[in-house]
Amino acid sequence: MTFGQVLLVAVVAVPALGALATAVVPGDRAGRVVGTVAAALTLLATLPLVGGDHGWFGYGPRPAVQPWHQVDLPWVPGLDLRFHLGVDGISWPLVVLTALLTLLCCAYTLWRVPTGGGSGRALVALLLVVEVGILGTFLALDLVLFFLFFEVVLLPMYAVIAGWGGADRRRAARKFALYTLFGSVLLLVGVYVVVAAAGTADLVALTGGAGLSRGTQLAAFTLLALAFAVKSPLWPLHSWLPDAHTQAPTVGSVILAGVLLKMGTYGMIRVAVGVAPEGARWAAPVLGVLAVAAILIGGLVCLAQDDLKRLIAYSSVGHMGFVLLGIATLTATGLQAALIGNIAHGVITALLFFLAGAVKDRAHTGSLADLSGLRETAPRLAGLLGFAAVASLGLPGLAGFWGEAFAVVAAVRRGGPLWLTLAVLAALGGALTAAYFLRLLRRVSHGRPSPAVAGLAPGLAGAELTAWAPLVLLALAVGLAPALVLSYASGPVEALLGVVP
Amino acid sequence: MSLVQSVDNVAMLPAYLAAGTAVLVLLGDLLVARPAVTVAVAALGAAGTAAGATLVGTAGTRRTFCVGDDCSWVWGGRAALVGAVIALLTLGVLALSGPLLRAGRTPVGEYCFLLACAMTGGVVLGAAGDLITLIVALETLTLPLYVLVGLRRGSLAGAEAAVTFFVVSVVATTVTLLGAALLYAVAGTLHLDRLGATLADRADLTDLPLTGVAAALVVAGLAFKVAAVPFHAWAPATYDGAPLPVAAYLSTASKLGGVVALLAVVQRALPGDMTGPVLAALAVLTMTVGNLVALRQRRTVRLLAWSSVAQAGYILAPLGALALAAGRTGDARTAAYAAAVAYAIFFVLLELAAFAAVVALRPADGDGGTLADLRGAARRHPWVGGAFALALIGLAGLPPGLAGLFAKVTVVRALLAGHAGWLALVVALNAVIGLAYYLRVTASLYATPTGAAAVRPARTVALALGVATVAAVVIGFAPQLVLDVAAR
Repeated sequence: MTFGQVLLVAVVAVPALGALATAVVPGDRAGRVVGTVAAALTLLATLPLVGGDHGWFGYGPRPAVQPWHQVDLPWVPGLDLRFHLGVDGISWPLVVLTALLTLLCCAYTLWRVPTGGGSGRALVALLLVVEVGILGTFLALDLVLFFLFFEVVLLPMYAVIAGWGGADRRRAARKFALYTLFGSVLLLVGVYVVVAAAGTADLVALTGGAGLSRGTQLAAFTLLALAFAVKSPLWPLHSWLPDAHTQAPTVGSVILAGVLLKMGTYGMIRVAVGVAPEGARWAAPVLGVLAVAAILIGGLVCLAQDDLKRLIAYSSVGHMGFVLLGIATLTATGLQAALIGNIAHGVITALLFFLAGAVKDRAHTGSLADLSGLRETAPRLAGLLGFAAVASLGLPGLAGFWGEAFAVVAAVRRGGPLWLTLAVLAALGGALTAAYFLRLLRRVSHGRPSPAVAGLAPGLAGAELTAWAPLVLLALAVGLAPALVLSYASGPVEALLGVVP
Repeated sequence: MSLVQSVDNVAMLPAYLAAGTAVLVLLGDLLVARPAVTVAVAALGAAGTAAGATLVGTAGTRRTFCVGDDCSWVWGGRAALVGAVIALLTLGVLALSGPLLRAGRTPVGEYCFLLACAMTGGVVLGAAGDLITLIVALETLTLPLYVLVGLRRGSLAGAEAAVTFFVVSVVATTVTLLGAALLYAVAGTLHLDRLGATLADRADLTDLPLTGVAAALVVAGLAFKVAAVPFHAWAPATYDGAPLPVAAYLSTASKLGGVVALLAVVQRALPGDMTGPVLAALAVLTMTVGNLVALRQRRTVRLLAWSSVAQAGYILAPLGALALAAGRTGDARTAAYAAAVAYAIFFVLLELAAFAAVVALRPADGDGGTLADLRGAARRHPWVGGAFALALIGLAGLPPGLAGLFAKVTVVRALLAGHAGWLALVVALNAVIGLAYYLRVTASLYATPTGAAAVRPARTVALALGVATVAAVVIGFAPQLVLDVAAR
C-alpha cells in the first residue's frame, strides 16, 4: 500500500477505533480526551491527502473522476460492494472541514458536556461514529459503499439529539431519523436501479452515464435527487431540519449544519449528476425552481422567527437553496459556486451555532424577545455574532459571498427566461438574507440589556475561543482567497461537466 | 426391477440424528429422570444434528427414495443449510429455556422431547422432494409446538394460545393437503421437480382452472405457516401466550420452516407466472399490515410478533418479482430465491438475539411484559441492553446492525435485478415505518429507568445472546458467507 492509501484507510479507521476506545476507556474525562485525540489524528491524516497525483496534465480521453489517491478492495461480491475509497478536488475540502468540525466539537465537549442525562464520553464516541459516516460518504467511490456510509450517520445522530438535546428532543430526533431514513431508502433503490442496469457500482466507471438508457437515467436521477433533497434539505422536504437543529445540543447542531447537510449536496454533484447526467439535464429546471423557492421561503420564514437557534436553522434552508441552484445550472461556475457555498456555509453556520449555543447557555433563553443589548454586557460575544451574521449574509470579502453571488451569476449566464427569472428571485432572496440577519443583530446585540442578558459576564472561556478561532480565520481566508477551495475543484468540475450532455 | 428399494443411509443421517435425539431424550427422561441430563442430551443431539447436516451436505448432493429420476429425499446444499440452521436454532432455544425449566412449572422431559421432535421435522423439511414428505415434515415441525405453547401448567393464556394455534394450523394443513391432492389429480405426480416439469411442458394443464385453484390452496396453506397477511391473525395471540423460548422458536425455526416449504413449492413445482402475482400481493400486504399494526403495540412480544409478520413480508418480497416476465428469467429467478433464503437466515439470527435479550431482561418464568417494563433496561444491563438494541436496529435494517442492512440490500437488489422496481420501493418505504417502532423500543431501553430492580440473566441465556450477537456482527461484516450458502 502506498502512503496515500494508508492515509485514506486511516481517515475512516482512526475515528472508528477512536469511538471504540472512547467507549471502553474507564472514566468519563479520560474517554473524552481519547476521543479528542482520535479526532485530532483524523484531521492530521486528512491534510496530507492533498499531496497526490493531481493528474490534469495527461493526454487523450480521461475518466471523469480522477482520484488523487484510491484504495479498491473487494468486500461483498454478491452485492456488488467493494471497499473503494478515493479523494479528489471535490471531496477533499469537505473531508478536511468534517475532520476540523468534529475535532472542534470534541474539544468543546472536553470543556462542557451538554445537560440532558447522557455522559460526555458517550457523546464524543457518537460524534466520532458520525464522523466515520460522513467521511466515508465523501470518500466512497463505490455506489453501494456510498449508501452504506450514508446510513451510518443516521442512528448516532439520532442518539446525539435524543440524548443531549433540548426539551422537545425526542420528537425532533424521531422526525430526523424517519425523514432521513425515507431519503436513504430511496437512495438504496436508486443505487440498485443504476447497479442493476450498469452491472457495476464503481463510481469512476459510472460517472458520465456509463451507457445507461435515458429511461434508467431519469428514474435513477429522480430517486437519487429525492434522496439527496431530503438530506440537503430542499424545500418542501426540509421540515425535519428546523426541529432537529433547534433541539440538538450545540455540538450536534454544528455537525448537522456544518457537514451533515453537505452529504446531500455532495451526493447531488458526485452521484446524482455524475451517474445520471441526462436525468440531471432533464430535471434541472425543476431543481432550480425548488432551490429558489427554498431561498425565498427560507428567508421569509427567518424574518418571522423568534428563536435564535431556529432562525439560524431556517437560514440553512435558504443557503442550501443557493448551493442547489448552483448545481441545477449544470455549469462550471454553478458547480464551483455550489462547492464553495458548501464550505462557506459549513464554516459560518457552525460558528453561528456555536455562538447561539453560547448565548443560550449564558442567558438560558434563545428567544429573541428576551434577548437584547448583548453588546453592552458581553461585547466579545456580540462582536463575534455580528461577524458570523455578516459573513452569513454574504458580505464580499467573507466566505459567504462567493457561493451566493456566483450561483446567481451562473443562473444569469445559463440564459433564457426561466433562469433569468430564477437569478433575479435568488438575488432578492439574498437581500432577504441580509434583512433577517440585520434584524437578528438589532434584536440581540443592540438596545437596552434585557433582564436575561443584564447579568452576563463579559469574558469568553479559553475552550470557546479555541473552538471558534479556526472558524473565524477560515471564514476570512475563504472569503479573501476563494482559490483555497476552487483551485482544487476546477479540474474535477470541468471533467464532470465534460460528460454532462 | 427389484421391489426392494435401496436406501442411502448416509443421506438420511441428519434425520436419524434428529429423531435419535428425540428418542434418547425420552428414554433419558424415563430412565435417569434428571433434568440436567435430559437437557444435556437434547443439546448434544441438536449440536450433533447440526454437525451431521453440514458434513453430509458438504460432500455433494445425495438422493434416495427414488422412483426413476424423481427422488423424495434430496440432501444437497439447501437441505444442509436448513437442517443446520434449524438444529442450531433448537440449540439456541434450549439455552433460552434454562430459566423457564428451572422455574418448575414446565415438565423438562416432555419439553425437550417435543423440541427435538420439532427439530426432526425441520431437518426433514429441507430435504423433502415431494409434496407429501414436505407437508408431513412441516406438520412434524409444528405439531409439537401446539403442545409446547400450552405446556406451562396453570397458564390460561398459554392454553388459549395453544388452541388458537392448533385450530388455525390444522386448517392450514388441510388446505395445503387439498391443494396437493388437486395437483396430483391434474398432473399425476407429487414429486416437486416432476410437477414443475409437467406443468411447464403442458400449457393445457396450466390453463385448467383446477390447476390455479390447486396452486392457490397450496400457497395459501403454506402462507398460514409463515403468518403472511391475511393468514396471520393467529401469530400475535399465540406468541404472546406462549412461554418466551417457545415464542422464539415459533418466530425463528417454525417461520423458517414455512419459508423453506413455500420456497420449495414455488421454486420447483408451481409455474412462476401463476404464483408470482399472488406472492407479490402477499408480500406487500404482509409487510405493510405487519409494520402498521406493530406501530401500535404496547406489549413486547406482541410487538416482536407483528414485526416478524412484517419481516415475513420482506422474505416473500423477492419471490414477488416472479410476477413480471423480466423476473422469471433464469438469473433473476436464482437471485430471487437466493435473496429470500439469505434474508431468512439474517432474520432468524437477529430475531433469536432479540428474543434472547427479552428472556434475559425478564424474570425467570415471566412473559414478555409491556414495553414500559423494559424502560431503562440498557442502563441496568449495558451489555444485554446493547445486544438487544443491536438486534432491533438490525431488524430495522440500519447500521450498526449491518446484518439487517445487508439483508434489506439483498432483497432490494434481487427485486431490481428482476425489474420489480415498484416492489423495491414498497420494501424501502416499509423499512421507514419499521424504524418508527424499533426506534421506540430502542429509545425506551436507554430511557431513565423506573423502579423495578435488576434481574440477573441466567448464564445459558447470556451465552445464547452472546453467541447470536457475535454471529450477527460477524455476518454483518462478512455477509458474503450467508449469500454464498443461500445461493447453493
